Amino acid sequence: MTATLLAEFLDGDTLKTGLTQVRSAGDDVLEAFTPYPLDGLADELGQGRSNIRPVMLAGGLGTAAFALALQWYSAIVNYPINSGGRPLNSWQVFLLVPFEVGVFAAALAGVIAFFWSCRLPRLHDPLFEIPGFERATQDRYFLLAATERDPSDLRASLRSAGAVEVTELRQP
Amino acid sequence: MTQLLVAEHPPAHRWISSRHADDVEVTQAVADPLFVRFGRTWWLALLASAPFVLWLFGAIGWLFYRGIGIWGINSTVVWGVAIANYVWWIGIGNAGTLISAMLLLTRQKWRASINRFAEAMTLFAVAIAGLMPIIHLGRPIYAYWLAPYPNTMSLWPQWRSALVWDFWAIISYLLFSILFWYVSLIPDLATMRDRAPSRAGQLLYGAFALGWRGSAREWSRLQTLHSTMAALGVPLVCSVHSIVGLDFAASLMPGWQESIFPPYFVVGAMYSGFAMVVILAAAIRWGLSLQAIITRRHFEVMARILLMASIVMFYSYATEWFMGWYGGEHSDRELVRFEFTGTYAPLFWALLACNCIIPQVLWLPVARRSLAILIAVAIAINVGMWLERILIVWNTLSHGYMPTLWRSFHFTFWDWSFLIAPLGFFAFLFLLFVRLVPSVSMFDVRELAHEEAAA
Repeated sequence: MTATLLAEFLDGDTLKTGLTQVRSAGDDVLEAFTPYPLDGLADELGQGRSNIRPVMLAGGLGTAAFALALQWYSAIVNYPINSGGRPLNSWQVFLLVPFEVGVFAAALAGVIAFFWSCRLPRLHDPLFEIPGFERATQDRYFLLAATERDPSDLRASLRSAGAVEVTELRQP
Repeated sequence: MTQLLVAEHPPAHRWISSRHADDVEVTQAVADPLFVRFGRTWWLALLASAPFVLWLFGAIGWLFYRGIGIWGINSTVVWGVAIANYVWWIGIGNAGTLISAMLLLTRQKWRASINRFAEAMTLFAVAIAGLMPIIHLGRPIYAYWLAPYPNTMSLWPQWRSALVWDFWAIISYLLFSILFWYVSLIPDLATMRDRAPSRAGQLLYGAFALGWRGSAREWSRLQTLHSTMAALGVPLVCSVHSIVGLDFAASLMPGWQESIFPPYFVVGAMYSGFAMVVILAAAIRWGLSLQAIITRRHFEVMARILLMASIVMFYSYATEWFMGWYGGEHSDRELVRFEFTGTYAPLFWALLACNCIIPQVLWLPVARRSLAILIAVAIAINVGMWLERILIVWNTLSHGYMPTLWRSFHFTFWDWSFLIAPLGFFAFLFLLFVRLVPSVSMFDVRELAHEEAAA
């Protein structure tokens, strides 16, 4: 039977102490919630690298290629205009539009990949029900940990690391 | 309301001018003004800017009804205030993203205090800039012909046209800037959601916060996304204003057909944009009592950047004059002479004074530390940059290859309208922004405060 506990800390350093303490006792740290990004926290939690950048590259290059192909098709195949004998395939200036839309498309792809990997937008989260959790976006640091043992052991170890409040999460 | 973060002089920390600024104090200092009444000053300012909004839309309506003949343009000087405005506004619009992205990539932590409203400035300025070429089209109802779409006429946009490049550059840049701004706003919107006293506020901010919890996963993904967008943003900004420069440089007119135009426009954009950031920073600092977060040191580093940009500007002007002479073309040399002594010479000298001479006062540490002097210099720079843009248009068109076509531009009431009313519209949008959205990035300042050990 797994028990899940949410511990509230006063600052980032004690949260990291709590993290190591929970780990050394053999319990799982599921997630941490902080009011500002703490350096390297995601790595310590073993969340791995995201694939946002490859997605952005693919989205940007794909859209840019599409824009270039569209220009090529319209200016050479579908609607060729001989303007003063200039070459129909003016690829040098055809690069401007693909660059602009490519950068935007990369950004858009990145935002979508970001939403996807963080499961946003989220209408509700069970954690929002916990009194005091609204301070995670202001001035409190939360650690979500799970244990297979007696939950009171985990509670005690979180307490000793400096948690001011420990809440057990249960299915309603 | 008591001030939460008390500013000290000299500042207690490098970028936070308060002895103590923990997470609570930072949050309260930025977020709480948005939950109380804003007071009379804000309402008066909003009321003062509202007529300009009506004026702008009235002027646009009249223009759509009568056509572009209501301006002082004529068959020789075919471009006028709309094009100068376009270049000027997009210049200001470039600075927000450029400042934010470049300072992020170079790890300048002090950007935390200014990036949010600088990016908001970008959004509004680019939106106004985007209006200008459309109202200048002559047949604005056909503006949508710039987009490629299957149509019964079997027509395609002319991809070799600078107008089409403008269309894609502005649209891509505007949408990119909105994303860049919004992504870094999500955590602060979540803070607003969690602090809003009213149900309506919680729902509104909550909807835009998208369920942000501040988990380690969310933070690390957000940072990856934001820094990558910043790395893409810098070349995008440079390309956007380069494309604006190509509107001129891709022509065959004396004084326009110059390969220096794209970089020279980018520097000009950063210059006028930074000057605008100084003005807005001073206004926000005073209006929201953020003296502890937007410190005098911020103004001092911005003053140094202005000084640097002013020197580069001067160098660009000098290069233009030199190339006009060195190229040996009669009409190019004539144009340089016309700039200094011709019809618009007083404006040209004013431009040089505003952009090149007056900012040299910032060499003095006293001037960099004085807010009054710095704001005066920033206003002078913005005036000078507008003069530069209008003179690029007027001088070349008034003094082209054919002496029989030489004519001057004369301002009409509607030229003044399109010059002044957008400023009021911009102020109106900005006032709404400071009322609804935290104008300083709270999570960035929290991080900065922890690094400076002010927390």
